[in-house]
Amino acid sequence: MTATTGTARTGAAVTATAAAPARSRTVPAWVWALPPVAVLALAFLYPLTLVVQQSFTPDEGGLSLDPYAEVFASASFRDALTTTVWLALGSTAGCLVLGFVLALVIAFVPFPGGKAVARFVDVFLSFPSFLITLALLFIYGSVGMANGLWTGATGAADGPFHFLTTPWGVLLAEITYFTPFVMRPLLAAFSQLDTGQLEVASSLGAGPVRIIRRVILPEALPALAAGGSLVLVMCLNEFGIVLFTGAKGVTTLPMLVYSKAILESDYAAACVVAVVNIAISVGLYSLYRVVSRRAGA
Amino acid sequence: MSRATRATPTPAPATPVPTAPAPGRSAPTAPAPSGIRFDGVTVSYGGNVVLDRLDLTVEPGEVMALLGPSGSGKTTALRAVAGFVRPASGRVFLGGRDVTALPPHRRGIGMVVQSYALFPHLKVKDNVAFGLKAHRTPKAEIPGRVAEALELVGMATYAERHPRELSGGQQQRVAIARALAIRPGVLLLDEPLSALDARLRSGMLAELARLHRELPDVSILYVTHDQVEALTLADRIAVMDRARLQDCGTPRELYRRPRTEFTASFVGNANLLPVTVTGDGSVGLGDRPLTVPTGTAAPGATATLCVRPHLVGLGAGPNALTGTVTEVQWRGSTHRLHADVDGHPVMADLRELREPPALGTPVTLHFAPEDAVLLPAGAAGTAGVGP
Repeated sequence: MTATTGTARTGAAVTATAAAPARSRTVPAWVWALPPVAVLALAFLYPLTLVVQQSFTPDEGGLSLDPYAEVFASASFRDALTTTVWLALGSTAGCLVLGFVLALVIAFVPFPGGKAVARFVDVFLSFPSFLITLALLFIYGSVGMANGLWTGATGAADGPFHFLTTPWGVLLAEITYFTPFVMRPLLAAFSQLDTGQLEVASSLGAGPVRIIRRVILPEALPALAAGGSLVLVMCLNEFGIVLFTGAKGVTTLPMLVYSKAILESDYAAACVVAVVNIAISVGLYSLYRVVSRRAGA
Repeated sequence: MSRATRATPTPAPATPVPTAPAPGRSAPTAPAPSGIRFDGVTVSYGGNVVLDRLDLTVEPGEVMALLGPSGSGKTTALRAVAGFVRPASGRVFLGGRDVTALPPHRRGIGMVVQSYALFPHLKVKDNVAFGLKAHRTPKAEIPGRVAEALELVGMATYAERHPRELSGGQQQRVAIARALAIRPGVLLLDEPLSALDARLRSGMLAELARLHRELPDVSILYVTHDQVEALTLADRIAVMDRARLQDCGTPRELYRRPRTEFTASFVGNANLLPVTVTGDGSVGLGDRPLTVPTGTAAPGATATLCVRPHLVGLGAGPNALTGTVTEVQWRGSTHRLHADVDGHPVMADLRELREPPALGTPVTLHFAPEDAVLLPAGAAGTAGVGP
């Protein structure tokens, strides 16, 4: 009440903040928003605009759509796009299945250390992605433990495990690294689930499989969708894992940006690919927001 | 059967000893096995005994209330019937069949829990149909059975709603319909009314009583800490405390002839006075001689005298107790008088007094000898010395 009359008295300068708290009597609220916005604009939005601007600027100078036409026409871009999308989709699907199963076990199968495992999932989220790849290299890499055991045992010159440098290696690494990102929201959702529902369901004659399919899964869908879309976005932008597996044939969009910009100094093309990547990410992120808001997250 | 016992105006005959299990029955002719029998059921969690050698039989069609404070083992007993806890020893029988080793989904019981636990993503009709689908009921039969179950609880017009669109009382009806749709022989109700407000609760109590009249073959095990619910609904009440069965009998028996101090104070209010038996039919409260039925109690033994507050009268009479008024509570239709009699608190529920006595004034109370029950002194859980 007092705030409203106060702002009314200070006049038209604060019309935009009529409902703001009493502080607005002296300084309009939007003034406080200026410093962070300025910092954001300078450090983040400006470089981003430069990238977008560069993507419309061919080497010859001027402003045109030529870089886009060129990049879209190139086989390497289309390959990278396909690879990126299928790797991301595949990883996401893998993470969803693995994450759901693991979260189910952690949440509903009482075993000693279950709580510790759940907490480790949180810690895992803070690991850098290349660490996982590095660990996998130690095990399955060409001079890793698995191949070492094989060559040691058979005397062969070469081990049987070469998949790490193929798309499958990237897929494995991404699933390993991103699965906890699916488990986190799932575990939260499971902890909200009334165990009474599971008990009533089983008293009504439902076995474990039916309970999972008809009770747990439907109620976990929002969490699955939220976790899944988050992982999908992160997989699309993943760079460290692809780089560290050393998979030469696996070029994703971020890898393409890297090679265009750093190796070929073709900045226009790099920026085009980057813009495409940003567009896909932002689109998916919006989807994630919508889904997670519906999930109440 | 026990319902008839309850309607009898005279005090029921002495309760059977609760630790005597009924002889094994053959499976009844009802479609689902009815009746529950606990045979020495013990449940412990990590060495902590939460249910100690429970022997109890719920007859087909009987409503048995498991009454007790929290931690008394009553919910554990219910969960042992449902199959959610595995007894460390003892057997659980449903309709004469040993189900101790069966998983919950093979037991064919209906269950309603405190939180209702409706499936939030399913409509009311799909919630009710859940058990039918799990039991692989023919598809064509399901809509009819769902309608029938919803009709039974008066929720037929809500079939297309989601649980979140229903009030607590309505959700609870749907939960009951869901449990009854599979036509169980045994219905387990775990504190089903404790999440409802007082007015809804009394309405639902009447509703549950009506349901039971319409389903006379279903045995109901009703876990509650509320004595009113137990007294209102149950054919028999099993009183539990500290993991053990303390007492079992019809509500009337337990109320009028409790066998332990615990039962006396937990089922209804009670004045419990420490007395010494002075002869056949007479006891002493300190130096004050009182005339009460002493049964088999030997002279010289200490005992606890139990008198219900509403059976205590104001003024002189047989078994007069003189003391001072310590508190007067007006309760609308009654006054509750707290008095101090030789250092012992005594409560009297009196019809509303025109001029209630003032605090600190002397007061004389009395009770009829036949309204008093002599209990073994401070021996909850042991056999009583009832008349």
